[in-house]
Amino acid sequence: MSQEVITAPAADAGPRWRLERVSKPSLAAQILVPAFSIVAALVAGGVIMLLAGENPVEVYRAMAKGAFGSSYNLSETIVKMIPLLLAGLGVAVAFRMRLWNIGAEGQFYFGAIFATFVALYMLPDAPSIVLIPAMVVAGMLGGGLWGGIPGVLRGLWGVNETITTLMLNYVAILFSEWLVHGPWKNPVGFGFPGTKTFPEAAWLPTWGTTRVHLGLVFGLVAAAILFVVLRRTRWGYEISVAGESERVARYAGMATSRNIIIVLVLSGALAGLAGMSEVSGVGHQLQRSLSPGYGYTAIIVAWLGRLNPLGIIVVSFLLAGLLVGGDQLQISLGLPAAIAPMLQGTILFFLLGADILTRYRLVRVQPEVRA
Amino acid sequence: MTSSYLESDTIPPGASAPEGDGSPEAVAMVGITKRFGSVVANDNVTFSARRGEVHALIGENGAGKSTLMSVLAGMYRTDGGILRINGQEVAFRSPRDAIAHGIGMVYQHFMLVDSFTVTENVLLGQRESGLGLDIERTARELAELSRHYGLGVDPRAHIWQLSVGEQQRVEILRLLHRGARTLVFDEPTAVLTPQESEDLIRTLREMAAEGFCIIFISHKLDEVLAVADRITVLRRGTVAGTLDARTTTRPEIARMMVGRELAGTLLNEADVTDHRLGEVVLDLRDVRAGGDKGLPALNGVSLEIRAGETLGIAGVAGNGQRELAEVITGLRPVEGGEIALKGKRITNRHPREIARAGVAHVPEDRLGTGLVGTLDLSNNAIMRTYREKPIARGPYLAARAIAHFADRLIGEYEVKTPGRSTRLRDLSGGNQQKLLIARELAGEPAAIVAVHPTRGVDVGASESIHGVLRAQRLRGAATLLISEDLDELLTLCDRIAVIYEGRIMGIVPSRQADPEQIGLMMAGTVMPAAGSLPA
Repeated sequence: MSQEVITAPAADAGPRWRLERVSKPSLAAQILVPAFSIVAALVAGGVIMLLAGENPVEVYRAMAKGAFGSSYNLSETIVKMIPLLLAGLGVAVAFRMRLWNIGAEGQFYFGAIFATFVALYMLPDAPSIVLIPAMVVAGMLGGGLWGGIPGVLRGLWGVNETITTLMLNYVAILFSEWLVHGPWKNPVGFGFPGTKTFPEAAWLPTWGTTRVHLGLVFGLVAAAILFVVLRRTRWGYEISVAGESERVARYAGMATSRNIIIVLVLSGALAGLAGMSEVSGVGHQLQRSLSPGYGYTAIIVAWLGRLNPLGIIVVSFLLAGLLVGGDQLQISLGLPAAIAPMLQGTILFFLLGADILTRYRLVRVQPEVRA
Repeated sequence: MTSSYLESDTIPPGASAPEGDGSPEAVAMVGITKRFGSVVANDNVTFSARRGEVHALIGENGAGKSTLMSVLAGMYRTDGGILRINGQEVAFRSPRDAIAHGIGMVYQHFMLVDSFTVTENVLLGQRESGLGLDIERTARELAELSRHYGLGVDPRAHIWQLSVGEQQRVEILRLLHRGARTLVFDEPTAVLTPQESEDLIRTLREMAAEGFCIIFISHKLDEVLAVADRITVLRRGTVAGTLDARTTTRPEIARMMVGRELAGTLLNEADVTDHRLGEVVLDLRDVRAGGDKGLPALNGVSLEIRAGETLGIAGVAGNGQRELAEVITGLRPVEGGEIALKGKRITNRHPREIARAGVAHVPEDRLGTGLVGTLDLSNNAIMRTYREKPIARGPYLAARAIAHFADRLIGEYEVKTPGRSTRLRDLSGGNQQKLLIARELAGEPAAIVAVHPTRGVDVGASESIHGVLRAQRLRGAATLLISEDLDELLTLCDRIAVIYEGRIMGIVPSRQADPEQIGLMMAGTVMPAAGSLPA
């Protein structure tokens, strides 16, 4: 049969449940299951809050308000959405070809480092019109380089990219730490680890009085381009075939090694662009702990967005709301710092679980050949 | 608890010891229904087999044969129905329960550990044997069982040293050692040479005579008639009927299986005499290549195939067939010798160039090499043409041209599918293969390399694939047909070459071919017989 079946070991007695793959999830399942899972997550989170002596309704209202309740809060959510969107797109490109790039974090840092180099040391006096495109290119080059190293290793010699991308994260993060503590440290920064502030020409333009910056446009444009490239081009077709089976790709005469390298470079370049827009649009300097784990959250974004660029736009926005709303709890309700991550974790847990339920179906198996 | 009679260290007197109520019925399955999602694999199937008989279960792919037997072997639980063993109603939760009731199954893919000995493999997974393994005693028991049933297995041999046929006998031995009295074989001859198949059939007959119940799953008519006492035909998940093997005929079984008669298949006189061969299209000179494990797989293969000619390659699996197909199509590097297509050298060219030069490739495993199961039919259809107009428009793909092309293939080759957007994996094996062949032949290739084109394909689809290959021959294609099915080679080929350990042992015109002679060459005998050299 064409069904993939996951079965628990048959040793147990009594009725059994098992997951059967659903060939095409119904539309209702795709909408209802995530909706139900969010409700379930809120209930589970609520129970924990009750135990901690908080009123869950109050907390949830504060969270929603914190994320989407005012134009300021909404704008802060969008600011957080930008790096998740760009890095999520990068991760999705690689995952589409079944290349498990979990190095978006490091690629993000390297994009930021390259962009900083251009802004502070290469073209510090250039006007915006030159400097910002140069930083974009530099950011993508930096990220692309950091994705390209595992790409070449995998494409030419079959080195496992999961390991190399992960390891390179630490290299990138520590290299950036060394820069901001050492050679690039701001001499008048009162000892804070960070570079000088960029010249204003290196700042991405922002929307009105908010902190929402041009990076949002980068993300939306990148999503649109990727959508077309993956679905409507020969290259996108090659990626989808190679992602399913390298053997088939070879059989069809596709240049598999080259595609592996291109995909990992592109994947890294998008994460690098996320790093560039973060330093250029938000911090205006390279600083310590630039990313609170955007590169890792991007993996969840890509996965929940079904590796579909349009899905990733929606998911990155919602997930950013969850992050911002959680942070607001500490401020507005004075909740312990641990509550927010706990809630975020609970909601993600249910969402990812629901994701399985839309693709698989829980089936009760008759306990006996005949009961 | 499972090793029953072995405790006494003696071999049971063959046909005796029928347990239960003494009825001759070893297995009775009544009203079995099994669903996978929305697919009903077995729909209210009633089936029974007696002690002392070989009962064949025959049907097209997807008819529900393997599902039904997996229920019997405790692999699946049913959605309804009753199972009786020796007249006693039972419920199996696992294969362990089934073997405890004396039911064992020999699968197509053996479950043996290569680096272990026969004895160790038999002991593997026998939880009841406790901590201390009494290897010596088990080895003695196995030697005795092997001698008694004429299996010829050395219990101390390592699995990797054994041929496929011997490994199959290890599986049988393992089940016997666990006390199985009903043995189910899932297409056991698919992996065997003709000689080994005959031996197996003889063994099974003897075991039935000793009182075992043998259930034999197959879709080959001839061997079913040779081995079985009774034949149950399944069609689309239901029982089409149970026949007595002595009185039934090939056409009757075929009709029950597919609901229609099979056309005569042999190349007839006119096919051969009125058919003119053209120029040499595919020319291999002393081709050498390594296998996956680095050992030489092709040791100087020379072949010539002319336009309009079908050359068959017969041989036991693993003697260089796959490598031969792969060097021609560019998927494996050639280490020596030359390959030419219509006089032009294609040795070690890129697979894409070779395909474009006019070599179609129907690979050994459809889903692993030639098709992507998770993509839809359209995406699988354009795999060869996505770089060219009109499918490609610059770097883009033209959706309308794709739809048109896919629909054309589906229509011309009668691929049964709800539509071009259906996921390939949801089609039956036969329809998958039809789509693959449609795609490969769409460009009217000069040469065709087809490897096991009808393996795992139902009778209806297999017949239509044969029709397609015959039409290609008449069109003037030079075809290299690699198959383990001698009947298939005899019905489709002008000449048959036999490959053994990477060498061509001989080439015979198929109309003069003697199956026994081919069998001997497949087993490594060089035949200096007439017609063994290409003209």
